[in-house]
Amino acid sequence: MTIKVLFFAGLREALGVGAESLALPSGVSTAGALRDHLATRGDPWVALATTRNLRVAVNQQMVGLDAAVKSGDEVAFFPPVTGG
Amino acid sequence: MSVSVQEADFDSGNEIAALSAGRDDVGAVASFVGLVRADKAEGEASTVAAVKAMTLEHYPGMTEKALQEIVVQAQARWELLGVRVIHRVGRLLPGDRIVFVAVASSHRGDAFAACEFIMDYLKTRAPFWKKEETPQGGHWVDARDSDDAAAERWSGCAQ
Repeated sequence: MTIKVLFFAGLREALGVGAESLALPSGVSTAGALRDHLATRGDPWVALATTRNLRVAVNQQMVGLDAAVKSGDEVAFFPPVTGG
Repeated sequence: MSVSVQEADFDSGNEIAALSAGRDDVGAVASFVGLVRADKAEGEASTVAAVKAMTLEHYPGMTEKALQEIVVQAQARWELLGVRVIHRVGRLLPGDRIVFVAVASSHRGDAFAACEFIMDYLKTRAPFWKKEETPQGGHWVDARDSDDAAAERWSGCAQ
């Protein structure tokens, strides 16, 4: 089972990728832990750790970084929204 | 209640008329139209627009859900007879319409309040991002603390 991870706006540009699927890394059970795991990939992934007020959505619902993540989930990371 | 995310422009008059078409219980329709503003460059002559265009990115699927959730919250707070929300995406030019919110109700109080509530929540909870094109290149717009404050003030007023 895998999870789908999405990135938007300035974060998508910094990472050079908008979406990827990966096997849920062992020991990762929250959105924040997933963020930390991805950030250890090194440059440019450190942007996940340095983006100010990083927002996360799990299965298209905005949640906190402490939200649970499990196989099959869609997890999106993005900067604070600026619509309207 | 109807929510649209689209590249196409919209006709505010038609949208407002549709909210009361064929019914006689609507006493008020409050509406808001947001436009792309060409902010002037710092220190430049006032005729120089710093923003040449902007591109709206969004999160397809979540965007529509987030807007619908905001409308549902408005319906729980006020007596509403109809709500229409349109948000454009893609590349827009200064002066272009970007967002439309209209609320129908029996009386103006609920319509005014719900319209402002929906805009305040949309600004902080709907997954849209603006990238401005300026003479210095493209840059992503930063979120404003004042938008958070505007949305936050509704949490203290129970209906």
